[in-house]
Amino acid sequence: MYDGGKIITGLVIFLILITFPIWYNLANSPEQNTIELEKPAFGEHCMKDKEWMRANHMDLLNTWRDEVVREGKRTYHNELDGQKYNKSLSNTCLHCHRSKEKFCDECHNFMGVTPYCWDCHIENPRGI
Amino acid sequence: MGGSRRDFLKTAGASLALLGGLSAESLAAPLSEGELFRPGEPLKEGNVRWAMVVDLKKCAGKDLSKLFEACHKIHNVPDMEREKDKIKWIWSEPFGHAFPNQEHEYVARPYQEKTVPVMCNHCERPPCVRVCPTQATFKREDGIVMMDMHRCIGCRYCIVACPYGSRSFNWRNPRPYIKEINPEFPTRTKGVVEKCNFCAERIARGKEPACVEACTDGALVFDDINDPNSKVRQLLETRYSIRRKPVLGTMPHVFYLV
Repeated sequence: MYDGGKIITGLVIFLILITFPIWYNLANSPEQNTIELEKPAFGEHCMKDKEWMRANHMDLLNTWRDEVVREGKRTYHNELDGQKYNKSLSNTCLHCHRSKEKFCDECHNFMGVTPYCWDCHIENPRGI
Repeated sequence: MGGSRRDFLKTAGASLALLGGLSAESLAAPLSEGELFRPGEPLKEGNVRWAMVVDLKKCAGKDLSKLFEACHKIHNVPDMEREKDKIKWIWSEPFGHAFPNQEHEYVARPYQEKTVPVMCNHCERPPCVRVCPTQATFKREDGIVMMDMHRCIGCRYCIVACPYGSRSFNWRNPRPYIKEINPEFPTRTKGVVEKCNFCAERIARGKEPACVEACTDGALVFDDINDPNSKVRQLLETRYSIRRKPVLGTMPHVFYLV
């Protein structure tokens, strides 16, 4: 192989460069990639457990939306405490998670998603 | 290949005649039972079917703005400046506008003023629902014609289809034009159509619609029309009532006592 040394060196440099994002993240501590969300003002649990909510809250909200608007089913039976809740983003979710800016936006901005819930739904139902 | 040109033409002619016969038959097929509407015979006994009765005698010459304000305040209906942008859920019209073809030059003076409260008629056969391409507007089992704002794409076919002008389009963001936001009800966004929802959110909590509640003299009555003992049925059986544009066959469920 002509110029084998140069080619292999080039390949190694190329591999290091394209895997740079992986090295970079490994070198930095994971704490830098986490965000702190505001803890709910009260209430001990959410509609489902924390990990589920973190991953799937959008599915729960979409289900609520369809059930309330299209089927008229407005009550959610929470299996964690056996209580019944009104399926409402502004009036149930924001009742405990008091600040949209410090809870919803914080994570959505970090993830780079822009849900349009708040075009219509009231973000500060208590007029804060 | 066997067969003459004559045979070919005979077969072709016979096939065409057969096809023509079939299609003529399907065209002449009568409407199914459910499509037909027989006057005086209520639809679907047993289920709840919401309806409203408006007593025009009690409305004549009165200031109805209190009812409209109650509705618009509860539902965050904006007060737009330009006529073109106006959003209306419930408003009033002169008799001749509400009931075209039924007015004449001797209509009593009070009825010539804006005295007939009008809103979405929550039709039994709503044309707006038929034309909506996304099923954003749909008819519930209890007869309420609902809007699902999440699905509305703002095509405005429903506005064209509605023969009562009950629907308004949000040409601009309505938020800045709402004086006092009711936190219990969402606002709308630019680019969606909206209309009266018969206070579906209040009925769910066992309350009467806001306009009915705000009306203290019983000019507006709301109840289940499928229940023979309901207030609505009692009124309809004892007084003469009319509906708006009955000839269109939309079967409105807002009735007017004259």
